[in-house]
Amino acid sequence: MDVLTDNFSLYGKGFLGTVELTVYSSALALVLGFVMASFRVAPVGSFRVFGTVWVTVLRNTPLTLLFFAVMLGLPRFGLVLPFELFAVLALGCYTSAFICEVLRSGINTVPRGQGEAARSLGMTFSQTLSTVVLPQAFRTVIPPVGSTLIALAKNSAIAGAFSVTELLGTYKPLSELGYDIVWTFVWIAVGYLIITLTISALFHLMEKRWGVAR
Amino acid sequence: MAVVDPLIELRGVNKHYGALHVLRSVDLTVGRGEVVVVIGPSGSGKSTLCRAMNRLESVESGEILVDGRPLPEEGKALARLRAEVGMVFQSFNLFAHRTVLANVSLAQVKVRRRRKEEADRRSRELLDRVGLAAHADKYPAQLSGGQQQRVAIARALAMDPKALLFDEPTSALDPEMINEVLEVMQQLAREGMTMVVVTHEMGFARSAAHRVVFMADGKIVEDRTPEEFFTAPRSERARDFLSKILKH
Repeated sequence: MDVLTDNFSLYGKGFLGTVELTVYSSALALVLGFVMASFRVAPVGSFRVFGTVWVTVLRNTPLTLLFFAVMLGLPRFGLVLPFELFAVLALGCYTSAFICEVLRSGINTVPRGQGEAARSLGMTFSQTLSTVVLPQAFRTVIPPVGSTLIALAKNSAIAGAFSVTELLGTYKPLSELGYDIVWTFVWIAVGYLIITLTISALFHLMEKRWGVAR
Repeated sequence: MAVVDPLIELRGVNKHYGALHVLRSVDLTVGRGEVVVVIGPSGSGKSTLCRAMNRLESVESGEILVDGRPLPEEGKALARLRAEVGMVFQSFNLFAHRTVLANVSLAQVKVRRRRKEEADRRSRELLDRVGLAAHADKYPAQLSGGQQQRVAIARALAMDPKALLFDEPTSALDPEMINEVLEVMQQLAREGMTMVVVTHEMGFARSAAHRVVFMADGKIVEDRTPEEFFTAPRSERARDFLSKILKH
């Protein structure tokens, strides 16, 4: 117990770091995932190819490798950003591939006729997608999007290895100070639980509010 | 048949689904104000023909002209043209997440750029016309099939289209609901709407159609007035088809 009360500010900083990484990366992943899902169902072939390549590359690259690529690769091309921003970029892009596929499976649950009816009324592709297809797809993808964001929250631990302040990384100074390693990790685990259970609760509420009535 | 004022023209239209040749160099002209009923055995290509007219199905060769202009490729130009050619589907396809009123108003606002109040006013007029004014605030799933199809007709009419395409509009309905939909269609026909109707309702074909087009195996086999077609079909294929469906 001492380990938490003695080092509350250290834990607090780490906790906030993970929350920040999670929130910003989630926002980036949702936006990019939405764009890529639109690309993958677009009537224009080159958009579909771009979306497919994006998903294939990012989903099949180990996240740690992706962190290395972003942190060490991008500065070589003259792009130097704070580590936190690089971490958000890597996490967000990686997770966007999964969000994209979740959204696409949601789009596929909407009967074909819905889109055809919208198009037959003269709506453009983007109007059809945004006013008819996605609002109906959205209801079915709430649970899997929640799972993907929970995975993102836990994946953010990798950023600690790249000198970004986050929750898991707090174990290093604490173990150097000689605290019991088991209790150090117990409190770190509790921190992650708070974040992931909050995401669960949020998506549970959304599902109740907007989910498909069966 | 010679048509005075053509609105929809198909010239040498071909389409394959894999090895299946669903449309075999089809020529068809639909005049302004004309009601053309397309009948034929299932798999004869009549639905595909209907859907090709607003490019929900693309075709491989041949020309399709609407009001003198060739159908554009995908994109904004095609969307604009589709707004001029309404479509009513076999499975209604009302937007499940929107109320009846919103279903009829949505495209008016998005495509015709009408103000919301103006669109809603027009929607209520049209719903009244199809006898569903009282159901404006319900969701599609709360309506019967016949009611849903009448909403779908109102939704198509809300765009003030030049022509309406009906793809088997009564095939998914219970027998007692077929008439309420056909009555709305009869009324439209009387008012001079240009209509292409794919259907199995021979009674509607006899009473409302100016021309009956009989299709088999991707080809138009006969294209004549209903009286001529039903009393003296020329082709063996049409005689055979009629003997099968008119027996009962």
